[in-house]
Amino acid sequence: MSGPFFNSPSSLSRRGFLVAAGALSLAACGGGGGGTSGSSSKPVSQADIDKAMKTPTQLTFWTWVPNIDKEVALFEKKYPAVKVKVVNAGQGTPQYTKLRTALKANSGAPDMVQIEFQAIPTFTITDSLLDLRPYGASALKSTFVDWTWGQVSGSGGEIWAIPQDTGPMGMLYRKDIFDQHGIQVPATWDEFAAAARKLHKADPDVYLTNLAANQVAAWHGLLWQAGAKPYVTSGKSDITVSVDDAVSKKLGEYWGTLAKDGVIGVEPDFTDAWYAALNKGKYATWLTGAWGPAFLSGSAKATSGKWRAAPLPQWDAAKPSSGNWGGSTTAVIRSTKNPVQAAVFAQFLNSDPTSAKMFATEQFFFPATKTLLSEPSFLAEAPAFYGGQKVNQIFADISAQVDPAFQWPPFLDRVATDWTETVGKSLADKTDTVRALGSWQSRITTFAKSQGFTVKGG
Amino acid sequence: MATTTVNTPVKSPPRRRHGSAGVLFIAPFMVLFLLLFLAPLGYAAYLSLFQERLIGGSTFVGLDNYVTALKDPELLKGIGRVALFFVIQVPVMLLLALCFALALDSGLLRLARVIRLGIFVPYAVPSVIATLMWGYLYGPDFGPFAQISHDLQLPAPHFLSDSWMLGSLANIVTWEFVGYNMIILYAALRTVPGELYEAAAMDGAGAWRIAWSIKLPALRPALTLTLLFSVIGSFQLFNEPKLLMKVAPAVIDSSYTANLYAYSVAFISQQTNYAATVSFILGLVIVIVSYAFLLTANRRRTA
Repeated sequence: MSGPFFNSPSSLSRRGFLVAAGALSLAACGGGGGGTSGSSSKPVSQADIDKAMKTPTQLTFWTWVPNIDKEVALFEKKYPAVKVKVVNAGQGTPQYTKLRTALKANSGAPDMVQIEFQAIPTFTITDSLLDLRPYGASALKSTFVDWTWGQVSGSGGEIWAIPQDTGPMGMLYRKDIFDQHGIQVPATWDEFAAAARKLHKADPDVYLTNLAANQVAAWHGLLWQAGAKPYVTSGKSDITVSVDDAVSKKLGEYWGTLAKDGVIGVEPDFTDAWYAALNKGKYATWLTGAWGPAFLSGSAKATSGKWRAAPLPQWDAAKPSSGNWGGSTTAVIRSTKNPVQAAVFAQFLNSDPTSAKMFATEQFFFPATKTLLSEPSFLAEAPAFYGGQKVNQIFADISAQVDPAFQWPPFLDRVATDWTETVGKSLADKTDTVRALGSWQSRITTFAKSQGFTVKGG
Repeated sequence: MATTTVNTPVKSPPRRRHGSAGVLFIAPFMVLFLLLFLAPLGYAAYLSLFQERLIGGSTFVGLDNYVTALKDPELLKGIGRVALFFVIQVPVMLLLALCFALALDSGLLRLARVIRLGIFVPYAVPSVIATLMWGYLYGPDFGPFAQISHDLQLPAPHFLSDSWMLGSLANIVTWEFVGYNMIILYAALRTVPGELYEAAAMDGAGAWRIAWSIKLPALRPALTLTLLFSVIGSFQLFNEPKLLMKVAPAVIDSSYTANLYAYSVAFISQQTNYAATVSFILGLVIVIVSYAFLLTANRRRTA
């Protein structure tokens, strides 16, 4: 009954480990950037950074990225005194849960963590992340695509993390199904809706797409594309919530009608049934992030050669835009005993040209740096799964159309669950989606108020 | 060889006071009991008296959380649902377990060992695996039941729909625990002395009469035990709905069962304090139901 509230015994050993690691570090204390004073934005001098990087140090890095040892090895080669212990503490939410527990217990938290863009405010509200400006991160602004830098920047100009991979949204589609039914690649959402009706009428077993009723990340990406600003935070305790404003209602009306008419699928994604559906051609498109092409070629092998990529359909064809779904960053935990080394690690891992490129070639991550997104060898890749189409080029163009001002709420898990239980449920149950947006808005507002926020909007 | 050891006179050890030895013997248990059971429970009780907010930090609120929880429609709905689940699922499961145990005990079955093992095996399957498996079987598109219906031109059964879900969950739990309960009942039946059966046979009782008048009364303590386990299991229903939530997110929400609600409050809303309160209230409900149940069972026995 009370099991989930207590830390696992393994954190005890990790505590011992951290104490030992802290004792080893000599330079960090002198730098004035240790532990609680990490919020000061006074720059750390290059001499201090150099000194710290030559001091024998043990860092712990929580990440779910497979084979990241290869990139970490590059860092350890450049800074032989600093050793990094890579720990896989789960992907996304499970890792955040463990991280929160460790932070609450004041023991067992890592020095650096893998963190998704949308989760950053959830951890800055609790003052858990270290501002990387004093450690030279400001100089990296021009290295990264503008919108990714917007995602890692705080309202006070802080730099909370360094972008690693991204997921600007596009549309993967089955060329064979489109050809068979004489469907053109839809350039606007109106054309998309017409195609959805036409396709399902022609073949009742096939749907143009599946908008998963449990996937708030896709909804947020589509909101982002439509130009919505659902969450705007100013200061620490003020938040404006507008998930049922005019833009949101337009989206709700659009998708709600398609779902109600039964011309699109609404089944949950990343389940066995969903994988089977993609393999068996139940859905003719998948609206997804730029990580989607590599993911799909691994999960729908039976359909190799049949897929192509295109930008998302547009609300205004004259002003093409997109949103982001997925991608992640490296952040430094504020309680680290070695802020200099940890901050240098976060920057090196994602901005060193060799390391950043390795993420694209080894892990098939979609890059966050401008250099890679314009590198000919990356853009020229023509995977057979997509019939030799230059898929990277398409998504690189899309990445340039993502609005840099989109913000996330500081309690995203709750917002996501509330979406599934209101908007997602309305899609699945074929009920009024616009009305469900109102329930979503009021649930978020009630929760934010109960958490002590001053809530505006709605 | 054996006799020599038995006959060797043993020098009796110097007498010790019983008191100190007793304390030493129970010390390991008491230490573990305190550390692993009472301390967490006490800490959870302590937590339940506070409220922590993202803005404003932690404040002492006394019993406010309990007042909120007792009026919380989500919690009450969750408790109501598991109570309904208990009323439907447990009788079915125990009746099945009873039938299997009686059939095995009758000695009339061929391949009794194989059957016994077959019914028991699902209990050895972790509930997570079992739920994933059933989740696949229930699949509305590519699950085998849907496929068969499709081939027969029949409408596919909607195992994961709102109205079927509780039944689908009950089916999974029944599948998992029939064998376990059957083993308990079967073991109890094996302890019935053979003379009773012989005497009954002499008196001309048939197999049904023996089952009704000898076996069932003998099973009463074991049945009470299985029922008590089932009360606790039902009210703590968590694994199965948590996993099926992924395939039916519009049906199973974050407060579908009381335990799931406690989990969601703790890990989705980050309201650890309120989650502790919810857990305590759920624990209290389980204690009350179990106790009420034991009371009636005992009263009936003495009556």
